[in-house]
Amino acid sequence: MSRHTLSVLVENRPGVLARVSALFSRRGFNIDSLAVGPTEHDDISRMTIVVSVEELPLEQVTKQLNKLVNVLKIVELDPNQSVQRELMLIKVKADSESRSHVLELVNLFRARCVDVAADAVTIEVTGTPDKLEAFVKVLEPFGIKELVQSGMVAIGRGARSITDRSLRALDRTA
Amino acid sequence: MTERMTGAQALVRALEHVGVDTVFGIPGGAILPAYDPLYDSTKVRHVLVRHEQGAGHAAEGYAQATGKVGVCMATSGPGATNLVTPIADAFMDSVPIVAITGQVASPMIGTDAFQEADISGITMPITKHNFLITDASEIARTIMEAFHIASTGRPGPVLVDISKDALQAETTFSWPPTMQLPGYRPVTRPHSKQIREAAKLIAESKRPVLYVGGGVHKARASAELLQLAELTKIPVVTTLMARGTFPDSHPQHMGMPGMHGSVSAVGALQKSDLIIGLGVRFDDRVTGDLSSFAPYAKVVHADIDPAEISKNRHADVPIVGDCKEVLTDLIAAVQASGQKGDYDEWWATLNGYKQTYPLGYDTFDDGSLAPQYVMERLSAIAGPDTYYVAGVGQHQMWASQFIDYENPGTFINSGGAGTMGFAVPAAMGAKMGCPDATVWAIDGDGCFQMTNQELATCALEGVPIKIAIINNGNLGMVRQWQTLFYDERYSNTNLQAPRRIPDFVKLAEAYGCVGLRCERPEDVDAVIKKAMEINDVPVVVDFVVHEDAMVWPMVAAGTSNDDIKIARDMAPRWENEDE
Repeated sequence: MSRHTLSVLVENRPGVLARVSALFSRRGFNIDSLAVGPTEHDDISRMTIVVSVEELPLEQVTKQLNKLVNVLKIVELDPNQSVQRELMLIKVKADSESRSHVLELVNLFRARCVDVAADAVTIEVTGTPDKLEAFVKVLEPFGIKELVQSGMVAIGRGARSITDRSLRALDRTA
Repeated sequence: MTERMTGAQALVRALEHVGVDTVFGIPGGAILPAYDPLYDSTKVRHVLVRHEQGAGHAAEGYAQATGKVGVCMATSGPGATNLVTPIADAFMDSVPIVAITGQVASPMIGTDAFQEADISGITMPITKHNFLITDASEIARTIMEAFHIASTGRPGPVLVDISKDALQAETTFSWPPTMQLPGYRPVTRPHSKQIREAAKLIAESKRPVLYVGGGVHKARASAELLQLAELTKIPVVTTLMARGTFPDSHPQHMGMPGMHGSVSAVGALQKSDLIIGLGVRFDDRVTGDLSSFAPYAKVVHADIDPAEISKNRHADVPIVGDCKEVLTDLIAAVQASGQKGDYDEWWATLNGYKQTYPLGYDTFDDGSLAPQYVMERLSAIAGPDTYYVAGVGQHQMWASQFIDYENPGTFINSGGAGTMGFAVPAAMGAKMGCPDATVWAIDGDGCFQMTNQELATCALEGVPIKIAIINNGNLGMVRQWQTLFYDERYSNTNLQAPRRIPDFVKLAEAYGCVGLRCERPEDVDAVIKKAMEINDVPVVVDFVVHEDAMVWPMVAAGTSNDDIKIARDMAPRWENEDE
């Protein structure tokens, strides 16, 4: 099975997230990650959905998604033609002895220290799933107390925008 | 022109504006504000049913008979959840209905208030779309959107849930409102390149078949279908949802395909080299085991819903579009190409199937009634202009097999969902939509007992439907499977042991209907004729039939269509087995 990143533009209305996620589970698909948030247009929200499926079932779920009345547009983003990022917050054990080692790794991974306590630091890091995985691995020996991660967000490279045409559709009905 | 009025008044006015003449429903607390202005409407007739499930199926029957959107109405909580089955049924069979439900007042939503149910959440996977309205100013626009969504593209059920405070609030009303559906754009025009490709495959094929489903009648395209079939001389099979879309009497008609299809229809699909699927889903009840379905066939698949294409069976030529436009364009493309396929050999094979394996049935030596005989006589006496509305089970299959359908849309039944109890309320809805037509419900005794309370509605509202109960005292289709696959262990399928309860004739009379009974073949004609003469009240005929009658042919669930049986342990002999 291969991983696919779908960017789904939806009307910014209550219940749309439930419709989309319910459709995935009803049709038997597992979502690896889902992130939703506002866009440059007030009436449009954007979901980034990562799924692991074969080509044919992906086509089926995309068609089913397209049938949702609140879904405006679906684009599959090629990992090579897009920027893909996740955000992670990690609380790591760090006392006066180990703190400098941890901070060295924070610098190496271009992460940021966002909170310091006597025996722990909290780190913010963004990047691709591979980078975050590598970062977690090097921190493990120090002792990870808590970890939280966002779903992936992604955007295509270059000047083209996927929201342009959907905006025009919205304007027509307004 | 804008007017001040309540949300409830806006709802009724909007229903009037979209052309609603009949609403089936039951009032209750949350929907009560809507029933007050409804009481005054001279355009909308509200039919007070006895159970909300009856309202939903009646809306379906109305929609299928008229082609218009059927409407049902219920209150919050249990009123709304009782609509779930008909909504699911309408979703599976693409029936355009709008369900309007009351919801508790918006400040109470989410508090587990009295009669609160999250009906928009519950119906999310079984509606084409649904709405929850808590603002009176959105009611008119949403009603317009709901009717637009239900009736365009692939039709389906839409639910509009309105909170009680939105119904009570003051708002301004103006018509028409502007719809706001930027994400809803059904494709109806087929792609010309795909049409040309389909025409090319038709000319090249040796053994083509038109596999016709419910989508063709929904597109009102039976005239175009007939034209294409006669132009190309391609055989036609009509699915359960398409019976009557192509005339049964036409020599090119091969019958119904599928689990209880005719040998000629199943054979036409299995042996074909080109399937032209029109408004079909390649449903498991048609294909049997998918991997061995029509192994030699290329597939042209036309449907208005792109998600149906290549869902179950890969389409070599996918065509997204309305079947009327697809057929019109295909006819033009076939005429333009000037090529004619040579199907003489194919017709020899198919006519062989038809002659060797016609539909048939066993009669019983003890003088008891064969259910199939009832269907044949009903068909002969009531004729092809009657609407036949069936429930689900053996009687439904016999109604499909042994009644001759000549007109599109004259067989109404629950196909995809297989909802027992569909027939009586759906027949009521069909009769209210087409009051001048004769409407016969054909029901099993099991099905009938699920929704027969609507006889009271029919009697009081003056809806003189006729109901043929095919009474074998059992859940017949389940019993048939127990006979064939469960070693004749009849676990919980006998409905009338040790005594025949209820007495359907007395039950009919209690509901203000005429009750008749028929137990012998020689009485069938007289009883049907008597029922046909009664047109002022509903008539219930209790046809007591033999409990061992079975539906044949049969493709056992999950097996290959190649293994179709024409009777127990009897398989047809296929020609050209070497191909």
